[in-house]
Amino acid sequence: MEEKEVKSIIEAMLFVWGDPLNIKLVADTLDLPPEFIRKCLIDLKKEYEINDRGIQIIEVNNHFQLCTNNKYFDYIQKLCAPAQNKGLTQAALEVLAIVAYNQPITRPEIEAIRGVKSDKAINTLIEKELIAETGRLEKTGRPILYGTTDTFLKSFGLNSLKELPSLEEFENLDVTDK
Amino acid sequence: MSYNVKLEVFEGPFDLLFHLIEKSKVDIYNIPIKDIAEQYVQYIEDMKKFDLEITSEFLVMAATLIEIKSKMLLPKKQEKQIEMELDQEDPRQDLVKRLIAYKKYKNIASKLKDREEVYTKIFYKQPEQFDEFLKSNEKEVEDLEIKDLVKAFNRLISRRKKVSESNVIDIRKIKREEITIEDKIEQIKKFFKEHVALAFEELFANPFDRNEIVVTFLALLELIKLKFIVVQQNKIFGDIVVKRNIISNEVQ
Repeated sequence: MEEKEVKSIIEAMLFVWGDPLNIKLVADTLDLPPEFIRKCLIDLKKEYEINDRGIQIIEVNNHFQLCTNNKYFDYIQKLCAPAQNKGLTQAALEVLAIVAYNQPITRPEIEAIRGVKSDKAINTLIEKELIAETGRLEKTGRPILYGTTDTFLKSFGLNSLKELPSLEEFENLDVTDK
Repeated sequence: MSYNVKLEVFEGPFDLLFHLIEKSKVDIYNIPIKDIAEQYVQYIEDMKKFDLEITSEFLVMAATLIEIKSKMLLPKKQEKQIEMELDQEDPRQDLVKRLIAYKKYKNIASKLKDREEVYTKIFYKQPEQFDEFLKSNEKEVEDLEIKDLVKAFNRLISRRKKVSESNVIDIRKIKREEITIEDKIEQIKKFFKEHVALAFEELFANPFDRNEIVVTFLALLELIKLKFIVVQQNKIFGDIVVKRNIISNEVQ
């Protein structure tokens, strides 16, 4: 099979699948090595990017997914007038930041850093599937441990946790608040 | 003559403290505790005026500040004693450490917010309905009756018996925790995010554990009810296949 054809097949698959599509699943379906599939996907992704197409491909944690190009958001909004997704509250963002850099982490640990009760923010993040229970700590009461999800990576345009800026970058305290 | 006073809302005592420190333009490593504590208490007074609920955390911090203030007022120990306790801690040290840690995450949060603004402008498409691909000779869940599932289930149970009879080892197990139906439902859902179908029998990962078999079976029934999965049998007495139901499968 020509590489060009494989790319087209993958493109059709991505369209149909909708959800993030696992490289391995594509490789199994086409009976081709996953490395080759990855290469095709990356090429395809670049083709979309170079031409500034309305559709883009994003990669999240070894999965690929079609999505719209955010450049054209205003027109999409005009067309569909979708309910504006209200962003996260300051509290939820703070909790998310703490979880992202300290996972797995328990609720009391989160609250110790923030100095306030955080159950509401934690529940919001769980509802939005940005964080999830990843296990329990083997000590008295077996407190729940939380970690971030793939949905979190996707919502913030990260391919993996490695892409998070290093904590040291935030050591300086002169960041002005908006 | 009336005037409006706007009272800023803070995410908690650290947030408020930081605001006060920045406003007073003082060095975080050398906080004039007396002034800051006064301003802090003043803010709590204002909160009362506005009938805002003052959470206990704010009060604890006020107490902490006052405690630090009083420690700072204590006369410094004599020279001789300093030799005994070389490093006498600055009572503010612990508070400063926690403040700085908090500030770090507050900065990250604002960075996340910027990213969020970009990425909420992206849309995804729902998965297609794959029904058209399903051949008509396949039995749908409607005509695959519960008794078929029960039969398959009984086969599993009897196989489990055989297996456990053949390795008769009398060990009394103390189980720490048994998996709940909710957990199992989540597990199965997660599996179907990555896969399209699987054989009924494969669902029962651990054929020795009676509890897990029952829980899995109940989870399966629940997911069929929720229309998350469909169960098919390609031919009579054939293997039962569990498939993700594309119709109701919104991106979770």
